[in-house]
Amino acid sequence: MGAITTVTGRALPLRGDDIDTDRIMPARFLRGVSFEGLEQHVFEDDRKKPVHPYNRHPFDVASFQGASVLLVNANFGCGSSREHAPQGLHRWGINAVIGESFAEIFFGNSVMIGLPCVTASREDVQTLMEKVEKNPQAEVHIDLVAGTCEVDGFRCAAILPPKMREAFTTGAWDTTGMLLENFDEVHATAARLPYVDGF
Amino acid sequence: MGKTLLQKVWDLHTVRRLPTGQTQLFIGLHLVHEVTSPQAFDALRTRGWTVARPDRTFATVDHIVPTRDRQRPFLDVLAEDMISALERNCRDFGVRLASLGDDRQGIVHVIGPELGLTQPGMTIACGDSHTSTHGAFGSIAFGIGTSQVRDVLASQCLALEPLKVRRIRVTGQLPKGVYAKDVVLTIIQRLGVSGGNGYAYEYAGDTIERMTMDERMTICNMSIEGGARVGYVNPDATTFEYIKGRPFAPAGEAFDKAVAWWTSLASDPDASFDDDVEIRADELIPVVTWGVNPGQSIGVDGRVPDPEKSPDRQAVTDALDYMGLTPGQPIEGMKVDVAFIGSCTNGRLSDLREAARIIRGRHVAPGVKALVVPGSDSVSRAAEREGLADTFRAAGFEWRGAGCSMCLGMNPDKLEGNQVCAASSNRNFKGRQGSPTGRTLLMSPAMVAAAAVAGAVTDVREMVPVDVAQGTPSGNRGAD
Repeated sequence: MGAITTVTGRALPLRGDDIDTDRIMPARFLRGVSFEGLEQHVFEDDRKKPVHPYNRHPFDVASFQGASVLLVNANFGCGSSREHAPQGLHRWGINAVIGESFAEIFFGNSVMIGLPCVTASREDVQTLMEKVEKNPQAEVHIDLVAGTCEVDGFRCAAILPPKMREAFTTGAWDTTGMLLENFDEVHATAARLPYVDGF
Repeated sequence: MGKTLLQKVWDLHTVRRLPTGQTQLFIGLHLVHEVTSPQAFDALRTRGWTVARPDRTFATVDHIVPTRDRQRPFLDVLAEDMISALERNCRDFGVRLASLGDDRQGIVHVIGPELGLTQPGMTIACGDSHTSTHGAFGSIAFGIGTSQVRDVLASQCLALEPLKVRRIRVTGQLPKGVYAKDVVLTIIQRLGVSGGNGYAYEYAGDTIERMTMDERMTICNMSIEGGARVGYVNPDATTFEYIKGRPFAPAGEAFDKAVAWWTSLASDPDASFDDDVEIRADELIPVVTWGVNPGQSIGVDGRVPDPEKSPDRQAVTDALDYMGLTPGQPIEGMKVDVAFIGSCTNGRLSDLREAARIIRGRHVAPGVKALVVPGSDSVSRAAEREGLADTFRAAGFEWRGAGCSMCLGMNPDKLEGNQVCAASSNRNFKGRQGSPTGRTLLMSPAMVAAAAVAGAVTDVREMVPVDVAQGTPSGNRGAD
């Protein structure tokens, strides 16, 4: 899997703090042995209710269809560790999320599948949402190396923690290969831990 | 300068620094269940990998298992598929499994400690956010997603970044009728549902030190609801006493060596913390959530907030609207349709004992569906032996088989329509209990029992039976 240095695409604003993974992907859609088809169930329950000001859920607004950047507020993805949540978003077409902050497990799960979650200030997220609402066709350009994003002439900081930036921009976000190198060191570490051999 | 337990355990398990700057951390115990593992095993098959350390891996079934009609094949075809997949995966990859019918089966966070798999000083990972439970033993335990489950299966390692440590000191005597659940709900309410982001929570102070392992597990379990992926308590004599004699615990001379090592891992007296918070236990009262996240709670004698007077007006309006509550309404007296006692938060033997004391000699209110789902088969058997199961049945509760059940409604145990559920579980998110419009009120198991009897949210302190008033402590062993 390759390095990810930029993400460009139309954006979809989804307002609200503390949006949990039960809402992103209700538990009944975890009843299966594969991630296939999860894109059909993203926010399934929330989508039954209209959201101000669209009169429908943002994921059902015609002009946001085909968006690949998701704009969110604070503590997005809190709650359950279900990878089904970022998997569903990614399979729906989301290739990057810009938000004020992310819950830790969601953030980590997203890294694992090559879905960068970058943080921007509350004011900048608000501006980005307004820009996109005004002009849903505008493309958002995220530069993971520079730590910026740009839309319609507006430019702001949109950053990854330094080690994560490194992981995405070098392709090292796909960790398994890296963890499997030098397996002797793993066994050496285990051998130093008294509980591994029953004390 | 001393070190925290987190730093010590982290350093001991560090394999190397990865080129990205992350730490490659050895995982001492990997717990596996049926819902977050099938895609991970498939990835291993596709790439021709094996499970690196089957001896450090243990699986069980909990999330999707039916809690009645447990004959195979299940009526629920998807549940049968998922359990069969885990059984096949464990067979193919040589992983130990406690499936249905095995007397060790239960919620993964209940059986790890019960079996003595969970020990101080370990790093523990599991594809479930409530893995923080195991921190009660002085381990560093965290929830992971399926791709990380794949990594741990293949390499017994994870790529992680170090956490900061916030010490939360809880001091003073807990009043009667106030439990560990009320302590942790109060912590989350005060620090917020994202307050723990980037932190491990170290729970300390004399209140925590006096707590049984079951109580410490309840507290650590809900760390994640405050945003902290990891929560832990320094290991002490209570910890060692709990572990002694369990099937996977070291025995004889090895146990003594283990105790010496475990003791050395506790945070040093001069350790420095990134943050320090104090909570007074003696000021606490029973807590009930009124909203749609675990931070939205009040004391049972309180009133739900008025959005106009709240800093987060939109979130409060939205939550009250979903819950069908009027601004400023007292929470006491809110009608409940369902009472659920169980989950990895409060499905242990001592939880069932506390709830049983409230319902003994009383009956579930007409129209209320009440169920007890023991956290494990072992808890279930112990409760049967003690007569607790009979007490619940006599009071009109349904007595079920062990599993996650109505905490997340992946099996047939779900709310219907917009039912209100008094629940001893951990999440009151919209739709959490299986109905997209279902409503959850989180509280202690004793408070759930009181609500079941009254048919409405009730202050358990006013229903306390004589033996509780005399201060009989609850048992400190989770199960047999």
